[in-house]
Amino acid sequence: MLTSLHDFISASLFSTRELPLFGCPVPAGFPSPADDHLEGPFDLNRLLFRHPASTFLARVSGDSMIEAGIHPGDLVAVDRALRADHGSIVVAVVEGEHTIKRLQFRAGQPWLVAENARYAPLPIDPDVGLLVWGVVTHVIHSLAGAPAAK
Amino acid sequence: MYALVDCNNFYVSCERVFAPQLEGRPVVVLSNNDGCLISRSQEAKDLGLKMGEPYHLVRPLLEQHRVQVFSSNYALYGDMSRRVVQVMSSFTPAVEVYSIDEAFLDFSGLDWITKKSDLLTYGQQVRNTVLNYTGIPTCVGIAPTKTLAKLANRLAPRTGPTRTMVLATAADWEPALARVPVDTIWGVGRRYARKLTELGINTGLELARLPEHWLRRHLGGVVGQRLWRELHGQPCLEWNPAEWDDDQLQPNTASRHSVTCTRSFGRPQHQETVLAEAVATFATKAAEKLRRHGQAAHLVTVILGTDRFAPAPGPKTHTAVISLPTSTNDTGMLIKAALQGLRHLRRAGTAYHRAGVLLTGLEPEGQAQLGLFSGSAADQQRSQQLMKAMDGLNARFGRQLVRSAAMGVAKNVDGLLQKPVWAGRAAHCSPRYTTGWDELWQVR
Repeated sequence: MLTSLHDFISASLFSTRELPLFGCPVPAGFPSPADDHLEGPFDLNRLLFRHPASTFLARVSGDSMIEAGIHPGDLVAVDRALRADHGSIVVAVVEGEHTIKRLQFRAGQPWLVAENARYAPLPIDPDVGLLVWGVVTHVIHSLAGAPAAK
Repeated sequence: MYALVDCNNFYVSCERVFAPQLEGRPVVVLSNNDGCLISRSQEAKDLGLKMGEPYHLVRPLLEQHRVQVFSSNYALYGDMSRRVVQVMSSFTPAVEVYSIDEAFLDFSGLDWITKKSDLLTYGQQVRNTVLNYTGIPTCVGIAPTKTLAKLANRLAPRTGPTRTMVLATAADWEPALARVPVDTIWGVGRRYARKLTELGINTGLELARLPEHWLRRHLGGVVGQRLWRELHGQPCLEWNPAEWDDDQLQPNTASRHSVTCTRSFGRPQHQETVLAEAVATFATKAAEKLRRHGQAAHLVTVILGTDRFAPAPGPKTHTAVISLPTSTNDTGMLIKAALQGLRHLRRAGTAYHRAGVLLTGLEPEGQAQLGLFSGSAADQQRSQQLMKAMDGLNARFGRQLVRSAAMGVAKNVDGLLQKPVWAGRAAHCSPRYTTGWDELWQVR
């Protein structure tokens, strides 16, 4: 009994990391010969965490980036290894807080721009400088209503 | 060449990664049960706060200077440490993690780095990459041996962008050794330091200048000889001061002969059920440790402690020893024995401040002689399979998913297990920013 319990949990059925990817629709009759050429399993971690050591997940709490498709309650992957450029969505430090905004350079000056008409763009005082914590690489948004991942 | 990378004020630095408002402000982190200071920011050090000072004694000072106080958040520190090590691994395949906040990088395969200036550049590159990728500041010490790398790290500048020190040749490390007292040399513990200072050996250089055979004769034989070689730039692969250091010798040798789990309670506890759940939890943890090391125990000691500072006379620690019919590492059997010990030990109406379980009489598992009353070989095999399945499930789905009911099963309204009544104080804990879905780091 117990041996089989152990075998059961070690089966890939319980893997939280990999979803099998089939190269063709599953046929309802004869097995497809193409299934002999099963492709590698998807690993979402590899997509979301290209740099696992430097990528952090964060929960979004405001609506300032809603027009960029980043909603309150969404998860974002933030990579500290990437360099922020004009147009990058970044997590920056403003007045001791982490804020998610789009980075833009206007006439050489950095601005933090919200993607929500209700929020005004924020110019960065060149004397203070801008501290970019990391670059946002992905958004995980749940369509089922519940916040993404719990 | 070795590089020792040491994270600056590691626990404080971890807290600051997710709380940028703490930059430039004094911050301290407290030990388990909010006992004493175990990590201090530079600003806190500048206020004169010392390592290991009891929290309740320095509390007025902390409040006066509005020092930010944290309980220790090992879920966060462990994850950040893992990330730091992962970043360092991209610089050399040989990373030896020495503790949660320091690691040795073996540069021996990197033949292209020969010049001292190249070593300095490479060290700074390690430091900058760790800082950029994880937000954790470090100091780097580089030298031909681990002992000298430790020294280089100690002497690396604590501020500024460099924070890297290279001691590549004797011309570098001899003046450095002359600057440090002998007891700061890695591996020289209190006992040897006393002996050396009595003989007029005060600095690291004076120690290094002694003849090799003197260290062999007077400082622990072959280990003393290894220290001499390490101080002269000759790496000794077997060099492990932790096994030799006279201050640490005791717990290290003892640890091979016993496994313990003890905790101070947040509040004194007298109820039998609460104490039983605590003791069952400690027995479970100790049993897990035993199985990780492939060992089994013959003796279970239950420890109950009353108030250490109480004015009343009499012993403050009480123990009961239960001997098992055969050695075991089965959680169920160890809990049963521990609870038996607790029943024997507990005095009704007495409030206990701490408790613990000590397992001794260790031997490799699977060597147990079958006793007259100890069940059949089939029983033993069944127990082993059950433990394997339980450890497997807990490793996969989080600790204590499968747990013994004796540890307590009270749940909150949200269905999550309640924090035990006896749990230690952790009044100032930050969220598990990187490891808990419910406590995830938030951005606005």
